Amino acid sequence: MLLAEITDTGLAALTYGLGAIGPGIGIGYLVGQSVQAMARQPEAAGMVRTTMFLGIAFVEALALIGFVVFFLAQG
Amino acid sequence: MIFGLEFPPISHIVSWPDFLFEDTAFGINKVVLVYFFAAILTIGIFVLGNKKQAVPTGMQNLAEQSVEFIEDGIVMQTIGPDGLKWAPYLTSTFFFILFCNIFEIVPGIQMPATARIALPLLLALLAYVLYHGAGFIEHGPFGYIKHALIVPDIPIAMHLLVVPIEFVSKFLVQPFSHSVRLFANLLAGHILLVTFAVLTSALWTANWTAIFLPLPFLAVIFFTAFEILVSVLQAYVFTLLAGVYIGAAVSHEH
Repeated sequence: MLLAEITDTGLAALTYGLGAIGPGIGIGYLVGQSVQAMARQPEAAGMVRTTMFLGIAFVEALALIGFVVFFLAQG
Repeated sequence: MIFGLEFPPISHIVSWPDFLFEDTAFGINKVVLVYFFAAILTIGIFVLGNKKQAVPTGMQNLAEQSVEFIEDGIVMQTIGPDGLKWAPYLTSTFFFILFCNIFEIVPGIQMPATARIALPLLLALLAYVLYHGAGFIEHGPFGYIKHALIVPDIPIAMHLLVVPIEFVSKFLVQPFSHSVRLFANLLAGHILLVTFAVLTSALWTANWTAIFLPLPFLAVIFFTAFEILVSVLQAYVFTLLAGVYIGAAVSHEH
């Protein structure tokens, strides 16, 4: 008995969902470590914050490429 | 129809029709108007702020603080003190992208011009030409290839793996990821706002489902605030990465 049929859109949505796990964990870890760094040394907070934004941009790019793949795979 | 205003059709998320010079390469549509206004605002800040008072006030103050923000926040952090000649390019990039992005939440216009791949791709390709060109001028052609592809202080055998990775990363993938980051962030935000706005207007019926009306309405309010943050942040990240790539190309360490 088939509960749901596997369509292009369904596979595309599954692709994006799986692809968003990695960046989610990555950004969470990154921001956590930078909060810890800012708490250890408050006078370095500005530099840590700049590097944190740079790291978030790199990691988030992967999640967004997955988002673009979702639209391309919808067929 | 809500209060006499009409929603544009959903297909306009990906393609606005031209209203002037249709069917030519110079067709003007809403997105092109946003480009024009963003460019006029960017040029306007710095032309109007070009006074020479010793104690800056008004527009001169705004222009000077903007330039200082770019110089201290981006150029000094990524290229160093000899990077100040890159400040004009980075300042205009930052403010042009910021104004293109911020039109996403301006009521009535609500169209981020960076949600079409053409503009981020053009800006990323311009940055690509500029930083590789600067690297070639600084190090000479073979010196620059050596500087870009060979990472110092790693075991010799690792070079077999690292050099192709560095080549693909620096020469092929960077403009793609540089542009897609900006484009996809803004497109996703635009689609999100459109979805919740259409849902709010669709729930405005005399049906029992109207009890859910406050939820998408609050979502639109929250996501508009979030999109302000994303607009500024994505403009900053694009410019910061352009600075990082320029710094990596012209640096002279080791």
